[in-house]
Parts: sequence; structure tokens; C-alpha cells
Amino acid sequence: MIWNSMSDFWHMGGYGLYVWGSVGVCAIALVWEQVALKKRTQAILRSLRRRARAEKMDRELA
Amino acid sequence: MSYRLINWFKLSSPYSFFPLAGRMIPWFWALALVFGVAGLYMGFFVAPTDATQGDSYRIIFLHVPASWLSMFIYIVMAFWAGMGLAFNTRLSSMWALSLAPTGALMAFLSLWTGALWGKPTWGAWWVWDARLTSELILLFLYLGFMALHAAIDEPRRADRAAAVLALVGVVNVPIIYFSVKWWNTLHQGSSVSMTKAPSMAQTMLWGMLLMALCFWMYSIAAALTRLRAVILEREAHTDWVLRLPEATA
Amino acid sequence: MSSLRPPETARALGLAGTDAVLSEPQASPFKAMLSVLRRDLLLAMRRKAEVLTALFFFLIVSSLFPLGIGPEPALLRKIGPGVLWVGALLATMLGLQRMFYSDHLDGTLEQMVLSSAPLPLLVTGKVIAHWLVSGLPVVVLAPVLGLQFDLDPGALWILALGLLIGTPVLSLIGAVGAALTLGVRGGGALLSLLVLPLYIPTLIFGAGAVQAHLSGQGAGGHLSLLGALLALTLFFVPWATTAALRISLE
Repeated sequence: MIWNSMSDFWHMGGYGLYVWGSVGVCAIALVWEQVALKKRTQAILRSLRRRARAEKMDRELA
Repeated sequence: MSYRLINWFKLSSPYSFFPLAGRMIPWFWALALVFGVAGLYMGFFVAPTDATQGDSYRIIFLHVPASWLSMFIYIVMAFWAGMGLAFNTRLSSMWALSLAPTGALMAFLSLWTGALWGKPTWGAWWVWDARLTSELILLFLYLGFMALHAAIDEPRRADRAAAVLALVGVVNVPIIYFSVKWWNTLHQGSSVSMTKAPSMAQTMLWGMLLMALCFWMYSIAAALTRLRAVILEREAHTDWVLRLPEATA
Repeated sequence: MSSLRPPETARALGLAGTDAVLSEPQASPFKAMLSVLRRDLLLAMRRKAEVLTALFFFLIVSSLFPLGIGPEPALLRKIGPGVLWVGALLATMLGLQRMFYSDHLDGTLEQMVLSSAPLPLLVTGKVIAHWLVSGLPVVVLAPVLGLQFDLDPGALWILALGLLIGTPVLSLIGAVGAALTLGVRGGGALLSLLVLPLYIPTLIFGAGAVQAHLSGQGAGGHLSLLGALLALTLFFVPWATTAALRISLE
């Protein structure tokens, strides 16, 4: 282990802002991509379900 | 016909590939996680502090993998777009379309981490070094691909037009890189260069490679997820989609 | 198809000659290309305003930079080549839509695609016409504007030479973009987004040539690279544009 303490690790030799800024944005970007994908999938599934319900109703009325 | 030949063509239909993609995604996530943990451990807990750059150099464990992936994904995207254009296979074009946003994200991350690395190292948020500048142009190429595809309503025409653009782009990428490198060395002393990373200790190299593998596995997982969404959207009129359990509430 | 609405009569006349050549199976392909070239030039001359607008745009944009940055001669000499090249890029881009759009509207483009003459050659004819109308005036005007930036005669020659080699490259690359975005929503802005990144090597070598000359290194290397770009694009672009046109027209 190269760090003497947790605060040393956080501090990153004075460059904490830059290092954790990078790590942070990468993490946020990855999470955001997954959230966006989830929303996209849910949207298409929702529209497919709506269509299935509509067709079912049409068949029942017919 | 050999068994392999039959198998291959079967996979090129969205109908066959959809469930396969669904099964593959968790595996790629698992690999991404394993490589990521190993890589981050290597990079943040094993690799020593650099003599000249201090601990700020650790950003390369994110910057370099993102750069590599952004370039790799562009080539793969252009390849599959070209395949779709040449063989008229829908799935190839859909795969290229699915790769683009992930590749663009990698390019963006490369630029962001590059800026955050540049500031402590050379005092400026943006340095017009050859790699960063080429990365910026690569981001424009990705955005152009996505914009052209989005602007054309008819999906097959959009696929084909974007494929031509991607192929033109992939030919241009080495030319652009070379010209930017030329421009950069003539205008600045070569003291400012992303490629002059600290002399690589073994552990640093390992950290970078592991993180590159992590990003690669993640990109495949993300693109496959997107591919499934694209397939659902494009094939929404087909029988098999309408019969999917998720689609019938 | 060539409806004789009064303002378009001239257009129809221009079409009639080309139409004959395009549908003649025995016609030499080069004759077809020259016919397309002649027609495009004829049509551009009848729409002088469009052509001159792009030139004035070049003029104005080049003047904007000193106004925005400051009149100090040393600084202007430094930014001059770059500014003029960027102006040339933008001025070329303004005229790109014109390359295929109006022909697409009146059906001539389909005629060209269907004709027995090889489409890459016809495309080359169109690109040459575009260059003669958009690029060549820039080559002539730029050295004059270069005086605004206090560039010496040697530099002005290199600037003109670079633009002479480089503007055809811009027209060629632009042709691919124009073909891809034919009739697409948001065409102009989208075209710029697609084409400007591809213009960057030309910009770097062109402006770099003048700067290399000014710093005493000699512009030979840069100009050769520009020549290489011209050779490369001249070879590949007609095919790429043909593919793009077929995609856009189906």
C-alpha cells in the first residue's frame, strides 16, 4: 500500500481536484449512459405494450 | 455448406441476435468489473507516485484507455457500417449505430481527462497537443455520423449515408492525425506532449492495460444494450417483437 | 420534366443540350463531363448574385478578424494566412449546397444518374464547375486581401499557390458532403458539421505553407502535401460521391 493514510489518498499529493474530477466525470458519464439506455428501452417497451393493449381491445370489441 | 457458414448467416438477423445479445451483456459487465477493479487497484494503490508529475499522472489510467477506445470504436463502427453497406445487412448497420454514442462518449472523456491532466502539468486547461486536437476532431466526426443518421427519416437510407460518411471519416483519421501532429511540432516546442507520459514503471503499464480492457468490455456491454433498444425500435412492426413477453405487458 | 415556366426557360435550354448528350450511348464520356461542366457554369452565370455573395462573404469575414483583434501589423501578419484560409473554407462551404440541390429539384440529377455516361465523371464535371465559380475567385481575391494583413509578396504568392491547390480539394470533399445531405432537413448546418472536420488537414497545410515561408523554412513540404491531398481526393471523391448520390436518390 503506497498511501500512509486515507487523507493522503484523498489528497493525491495536492492534485486531488484533478484526479477525482477525472474519476468523478468518468463515473458520472458511465452512469448517465446506462440511465439513458434504460430510459430508451423502457420507452420502446412502453409503446409496444400500449400497442398490444390497443390491439387486444380492438379484438375484444370486434 | 459447413455448419459454421450456416450459423453465421443465422446470426445476422436481428431476430436471432436479440436474445444472444441479451445473454452476452451480463458477461461483458462481469469482465468490465473484474478488469476495472484490478486496473484501479493497480493504478491507485500499487503504482508509485511519479517523480516529476506527482500523483496527477494517475489520470492516464482513465485518459489513455478512453482515447484508445474512442479510436478503436470508430474503426469498428466504420467497419460494420461498411459491411452493412456492402452486404445490405440491417444488423451490421444497427451495430454501427449502437457503437457511435459510446465512442463519442469515450472521445469526450478523453478530452475532459486530458484537460484535467493538462492543467496541473502544463498550467493550461487546453493544450493544442496533437493527440488532444485529433481527439477533438474525432469527436466531431462521431457527432457528424450521429447527426447525419438522425437527420434522415428513412432508416435504410440513413444507414447507408452514414456508412459512406464513416468510411470517408476512417480514411481521413490518419490524415488528420498526421496533419495535426505536423502542425503541432512546427508551432510548439515538443515539450508539451501527451505522449511523453512518465517513463512507464511496470505497474503503471499494467494499470493502463487493465483499465483499457475494462473500458473495452464496458463499451461492448453498453453498445449491446443500445443495439437491443435499436432492434426493438426498428423491428417494432414484426411478429417476433410483438410477441415478446416484455412487449405484451 | 423540363417544364417551360418563363423564368426557368433558360434552365430548360441549358438542360436540353446536356440531356441530348447524356442519353446518347455513343457519346464520349468526356464529352458528357464537359457538357455537364458547361451547363453548370451557364447556370451559375445566370445566378451571379449567389456566386458573388459567397465572395463578398469571404471579403467581409476576412475583414472581421482584424476588427476583432486589433490593427497591430506584427499580429496581423501572424494571423493573416490562417484567417484567409478559414475565410476560403467558409466561402467554399456556402456554395456547396448549390452543387446538387437545384438539379435534384428539377430532375436533372436523376437523368445524370440514369445516363450511360459514367457518373463519377459527371460528378467531376460538377466539382470543376463549382471550383471555377467558388474556388478560383477566392484564389484571385486572397492575395489582395492579404495586403490587409501586411503580408509580403513572397507570402502572397505562397498563399495564392496553396489556395490554388487547396480549393479544388475543398470542392471535392464538399461534394461528398453535399451528396450525402441532399434534401435532408437542416441541410446547410449539417453539411458544415460533416465537412469542416474533413477540411482541417487542407487548412493546416495551406496556412502552414505561408507560415513556413514567413519563418524561412520554405513552403515546399506543405505545398507537396497539399498536392498529395489533391491527388488523393481527385481519385477517391468521384466514387464516394457517386455512391452517396445513389443512396440519396433511391
